[in-house]
Amino acid sequence: MPSTTTTPTTPLTTLKERGRALTGTQKLATAALGASAAVVGATALEVKRRLLQGDVSLVPNADLVRSVAARMTTPLLPDDYLHMLNPLWSAREIRGKIVELIPETEDAATLVIKTGWGFATDYQPGQYIGIGVSIDGKWHWRSYSISSEPSEGRRQRSGGTITITVKAMPEGFMSAHLVRGLEPGTIVRLALPQGDFVLPDPPPPKILFWTGGSGITPVMSMLRTMHRRDTIPDVVHIHSAPNRGQAIFRDERLKLAEAHPTLRMVENFDDEDGILEVSRIEEICPDWRERQTWVCGPAPMLDAAEKHWQQAKLAKSLHIERFSAQLSEAAEGGHVTFAVSGKEVDLDGATTLLEAGEAEGIDMPFGCRMGICHSCIVPLKKGLVKDLRNGAEYQQNQSVQTCVTAAAGDCVLEI
Amino acid sequence: MAISDVATFAHLSDSDVEALGREFDEIRRDIEEARGAKDAAYIRRLIYIQRRLMVAGRLTLFASMYPPAWVAGTGMLAIGKILENMEIGHNVMHGQFDWMNDPEIHSGTWEWDTTCPASQWKHSHNFLHHTFTNVVGKDNDVGYGILRVTRDQKWHPANLGQPVYNALLALLFEWGVALHDLDIERIRKREKDPQELKRQLKEIWRKVRKQVGKDYVIFPLLSGPAFATTLTANATANLIRNLWSYMIIFCGHFPDGAEKFTEEELEDETKAEWYLRQLLGSANFEGSRLLHILAGSLGYQIEHHLFPDLPCNRYPEIAERVKALCEKYDLPYTTGPLYRQYGQVFRTIMKLTLPTKADPNEMQPLNESQPLRGAKRPSRDELRAYGGPLPPQAAVA
Repeated sequence: MPSTTTTPTTPLTTLKERGRALTGTQKLATAALGASAAVVGATALEVKRRLLQGDVSLVPNADLVRSVAARMTTPLLPDDYLHMLNPLWSAREIRGKIVELIPETEDAATLVIKTGWGFATDYQPGQYIGIGVSIDGKWHWRSYSISSEPSEGRRQRSGGTITITVKAMPEGFMSAHLVRGLEPGTIVRLALPQGDFVLPDPPPPKILFWTGGSGITPVMSMLRTMHRRDTIPDVVHIHSAPNRGQAIFRDERLKLAEAHPTLRMVENFDDEDGILEVSRIEEICPDWRERQTWVCGPAPMLDAAEKHWQQAKLAKSLHIERFSAQLSEAAEGGHVTFAVSGKEVDLDGATTLLEAGEAEGIDMPFGCRMGICHSCIVPLKKGLVKDLRNGAEYQQNQSVQTCVTAAAGDCVLEI
Repeated sequence: MAISDVATFAHLSDSDVEALGREFDEIRRDIEEARGAKDAAYIRRLIYIQRRLMVAGRLTLFASMYPPAWVAGTGMLAIGKILENMEIGHNVMHGQFDWMNDPEIHSGTWEWDTTCPASQWKHSHNFLHHTFTNVVGKDNDVGYGILRVTRDQKWHPANLGQPVYNALLALLFEWGVALHDLDIERIRKREKDPQELKRQLKEIWRKVRKQVGKDYVIFPLLSGPAFATTLTANATANLIRNLWSYMIIFCGHFPDGAEKFTEEELEDETKAEWYLRQLLGSANFEGSRLLHILAGSLGYQIEHHLFPDLPCNRYPEIAERVKALCEKYDLPYTTGPLYRQYGQVFRTIMKLTLPTKADPNEMQPLNESQPLRGAKRPSRDELRAYGGPLPPQAAVA
């Protein structure tokens, strides 16, 4: 999937909430910090190994020990120390480790990510995750669909892996960095899977998938899931790519189609066949009206599909993953939404967000009003704001100083 | 004598002051542009060192019944706490590393290893002190509400106890900081909203319980036979941290040459005049790189006050540029060795224990209708003009 403007994390989640993201096993292992201090010779590693083998005798009352451990590390969390032993042992900020980079085409690669504590791998096929990468000291976040299939039957323990597949976009510095700039072993940050572009369980009897370019990734997760369950219903999959060389997962898709007679794979190569117009769906898949349809790809393709299905009064059977491909260009002013207080206002490019919020009667935090004390910081959920002092731009998923920033396009503030 | 007009005091024309302001803005822009992986690595590395020191110190103290272990453990703990409070906590809470977009190293989330809740610190320090720096009656850091540190504060018989208050504040510094944002002056004058007071006290109590529980209950108990020695070690580490941070912090604005200001200075103050006030009101001290790190970069108090939210590891290079500007504009740049700076502070506190003799050349009679001592904290409307306090319900989560 292309990089997106919707990012699923809030940067300033309180410690407590993060702490609750732990699963039972992880609680036990965290509690092991307390135990390890008391039990001479037992390193946290050893404790964790034994815990993973189901030996809980070491920690008679995990919650109690965990709370004692937090009392020992206050004002920090046990995780703040444990991730020094293993970067994945922290649920405060969920971490992942790049274990492998698999080139898919000349400009796309699959990132195999070992997930750390707090990451539940019982996601639904089709969902996306947020991935944060540190570039020149600063964490940058984007969202990508998960291309692997979820582990089933049990919550996957830490140490599980997920994959995302990224195509380097011509102007996307982040996607290019993910495809070419990462080394195995790099630690990334993760945000929990989300999104409702998902395959229901059980899947509907008749399905149409229509994907373009890297829009294949969420659908690949769906196909792999059905393949693993060995129950592929009547599926037609139309995939567009510029040419054979740039068609992601081509070998695997063809093999799947071979193995499952109920799966029909239709390929369109733009360089040879021209861009696949929505009007050709009729000839490729005459019974498209009877099918639940999932569409993922570039924006014009989504727009066309939406219109086509609406005209057929079949909007209900259409599922679309709409990623606004790139950040919009910085604008002067914009529509500002204060998400928590539910206020909205149109602003020019010179009014600070603080003044605007106050004018709306919102109890905005504030301090020096000159940009030095950082009392007024508020998380920016979506959009772009501009620092009036120096023109620096801040993207979503950061905290911004409202006293010196103005809207640079539509944006959403979490206050 | 407190200054009512920085430009006149500095013998600069308005256009000179504005030009100086632009030069400071340029320094800020240059550093903002340059900060990157190097700065992120600096704070990360420091945090890793500090956390390892804490773990090593705590583990060593399990054997604290043996004196060498007691000494080593106490030392590691004391240095760990000093690093955490000074170079890490203070600077991170200033937002110096907010640009990294890392919620684990962010002014909005950082909680430090002292009894003072971060949210109250950010209000009394980042906002009040750094905005109204050295304005007598507005900046509660001028004497912390209990000491007379400048002749601009009117003498009161209670000041006779200064040598004792000073010693107690040094020993119990952490607790003084914890209570600082309550604003003792306003409580004494019954101007404090009781609801707000109650909320703040509750917040402090929650923090105190955890801090005391860790240092004086849980770790001593875990040490078993070394209960008593671990307890004394932890208390000693806290005490060392208290004395050290007291000394460093008192060297910021109380040595000779760090000027105080009147509220008139704040009227129509421009950004450039604000810079000038920060420069004139702060004092540096000299020392090795290690000393500066242990001092939380407050040996660069001048640079810190000019650019409180630029990364502290950049202060040495900023200092070179600030010094050059001071020479260019013929401005004072107050600095000296640490012992001398603190010596001056100590002398001032002792001297001001007694009423100051009227000196017509130095002392202007204070406006009796508006006594400076115990001046009212600004009303909300007044604060709006300069910025205001963090509304309690909006205190950063």
